[in-house]
Amino acid sequence: MAYFDAASTEPLHPAAREALVTALDAADADPARLYGAARRSRLLLERARAEAAELIGARPDEVSFTTSGTQAVHLGVLGTLLGRRRAGRRMVAGAVEHSSVLQAGAAHERDGGELEIVGVDMTGRVDPAGFAAAVAREGTALACLQTANHEVGTLQPVAEAAEACRAAGVPLLVDAAQTLGRLPVPPGWSVLTGSAHKWGGPAGVGLLAVRKGTRWRSPLPEDERERRRVPGFENVPAVVAAVAALRARAAEAEAENARLSALVDRIRASVPRLVPDVEVVGDPVERVPHIVTFSCLYVAGEVILTELDRAGFAVSSGSSCTASTLRPSHVLEAMGVLTHGNVRVSLPRGASETDVDRFLAVLPEIVRRVRAAVGVESP
Amino acid sequence: MRRRDADTPVNAAAAPEGAEGPPPVALTIDALGRKCPIPIIMLAQRINDVPMNATVAVLADDPAAFTDVPAWCRLKSHHHVGSYELPQGGWAIHVRRNY
Repeated sequence: MAYFDAASTEPLHPAAREALVTALDAADADPARLYGAARRSRLLLERARAEAAELIGARPDEVSFTTSGTQAVHLGVLGTLLGRRRAGRRMVAGAVEHSSVLQAGAAHERDGGELEIVGVDMTGRVDPAGFAAAVAREGTALACLQTANHEVGTLQPVAEAAEACRAAGVPLLVDAAQTLGRLPVPPGWSVLTGSAHKWGGPAGVGLLAVRKGTRWRSPLPEDERERRRVPGFENVPAVVAAVAALRARAAEAEAENARLSALVDRIRASVPRLVPDVEVVGDPVERVPHIVTFSCLYVAGEVILTELDRAGFAVSSGSSCTASTLRPSHVLEAMGVLTHGNVRVSLPRGASETDVDRFLAVLPEIVRRVRAAVGVESP
Repeated sequence: MRRRDADTPVNAAAAPEGAEGPPPVALTIDALGRKCPIPIIMLAQRINDVPMNATVAVLADDPAAFTDVPAWCRLKSHHHVGSYELPQGGWAIHVRRNY
């Protein structure tokens, strides 16, 4: 089985596995207590925090660990909105943000706040001028922009957005879930979020960094843990493993990015040549190294995923057209591209050239067969 | 996340001012109740049944069709004239045959 769904979850990095096994025994006590084993847990937790801070360009006291990337986003969004309640109740977000950002915005709206969505172009990139104008409007408490889109891989103009936010005195939450461990963290963030299982750490660890000077208040009942930012007992072994993976990934990033990016380029170039009536979406150049998405006309997304699974490929799709209750992907919809027949290939660390070639070899016949089954003959 | 509410203006510029409803069409394809990609498959199979420059209306209520029919037009070099809300829900999506 070739695993091509790294954007959903990256396989556990060997460095994380090793650190996890060691830390399960070495860091099993309550880091808040005062006896020896507790101090050892606390030391490992704080060492992990300091390393994570260094890797993302933050101070250790700005970094908290959450129980997931989604929780990091929820706390980041709602906590900043609460902290800045007096500044206003407007939140600004790009149209193709992860659902955790948009759902936190929806919760804010239900609470009487306002959410302004900034549109994207056909590559999925937010319009910097539109974003700047939205941020500058009276009463804006928070702006949110992802580093890169999780469905199509397009990089967002975070540095420009950060500049506009700085000029307007508005904090910027940057959801870096798709790029932490792969690409440098863009400058100018006020709140940064990430998810360990996207960079090869274990699931159940998120990262929430709140820049000193950013007003933030917990939207949840107060709790002593994680500098009062995240309630609940820390999973120290998982945190240690997550940071070990982040460090390992950052060290390998340059070489692995170049390799994966070349494989993605091959897919981008080959698919339209091999399969008729296909559109490759997302920016061909300003993109993350590992994600490529294409849509096949006249094909239901689920059907093609099932066929690819049968052929030994784990891929995912942004489309959900055939599942009667589900709506099409908000990302593809906002871009104005096809929402059906969508295939997202996201290459994990170590993805092999042979597997990519085999994928390109089986894809045309699978699409032809799926189309023929609904009476569409390829030209 | 749902971003297209029932009251979202639908391609308002395409609706001629003062017109009672969408302009007349040469062919109507009823894809109501059909999930994508079926509405697009039906459109692709029948667009050549109308003369050049004539308009086909696709009636569809799968939200994906709202994005996918115009995207199909772009990919196949036909013209998306406009999308008009239907009283019973869904849209009449008008496509002009270009070749």
